[in-house]
Amino acid sequence: MRATVLVRPKAGILDPQGQAVESSLRHLGFAVNEARVGRVVDLELDAADASEARGQLERMCEQLLANPLIESYEIELRSDT
Amino acid sequence: MTELRPRIPVVVFPGSNDDRDAQLALERLGADAPLIWHNESSLPADTAAVVLPGGFSYGDYLRCGAIACFSPIMRAVERFAAEGGLVLGICNGFQILTEAGLLPGALRANASLAFVCRDTAVRVQRCDTAFTAQCQPDQVLTIPVKHGEGCWYADPDQVAELDASGQLVLRYEEGENPNGAVANVAGVMNAAGTVFGLMPHPEHAVDPMLGSTDGSLILGSLVDAARLSTPLLV
Repeated sequence: MRATVLVRPKAGILDPQGQAVESSLRHLGFAVNEARVGRVVDLELDAADASEARGQLERMCEQLLANPLIESYEIELRSDT
Repeated sequence: MTELRPRIPVVVFPGSNDDRDAQLALERLGADAPLIWHNESSLPADTAAVVLPGGFSYGDYLRCGAIACFSPIMRAVERFAAEGGLVLGICNGFQILTEAGLLPGALRANASLAFVCRDTAVRVQRCDTAFTAQCQPDQVLTIPVKHGEGCWYADPDQVAELDASGQLVLRYEEGENPNGAVANVAGVMNAAGTVFGLMPHPEHAVDPMLGSTDGSLILGSLVDAARLSTPLLV
């Protein structure tokens, strides 16, 4: 089973990378008001079904992939191989 | 009379690079500071305190310290801390302690996004701790920082709580904050007063040739406290 985990800086948390990207985009002439930079983790995992996979992914995020104090995460499961 | 040399192991993670500086500084200040590989599952016998040194454990992949906090030795460090053992984390060691949940807050990319390497002026907020006992009240120390991700963060409520409980032990002087840390925090202690982490590198400020000896006040305080915490067997 394949999954994508999106990890983002939580709302209200200073994101200097996002600010730098925003400012660069503005310099290029794009009317960008905000940019936030997070992280994408693509995973392939063994799980019997989607709900087991989701459970595993939740634990992965809580234990390692995200720091819940400063980051939020979003799990996207894909049924396609 | 020989003074007791308390045993203060320095943990070496893959990517640690200040381990030997920490060892050298601690030994000059009177400790026995063996290096211990992160894959060990226990601390040496008679360990009186533990130091997690600076560096770039696991290449800082994912988040600084996020992977190192799962090294086998960290289970032993957690048990040691739970029993009231003294633990000091310097820079990457501080990051590892926050990721392990042994210290509050998180360390994020510097607000400038630049790696900062320079002396900083940090004010000691209290001297009645195992890590600052050799300092004078309100003393300002000159200790270098060198990091890209030292911006300590906790939410405003937590900062207020930590401030009220005296856990924000070390703060950058106004205008000296090198990384955008909330409330100018340079070093934080746990509620029990036994675990301390700081971004500045006291081990790089222990000899006049290095420009400052103020770091020995922090490390020397730890050696003193470790000496007291060791059963006097000799």
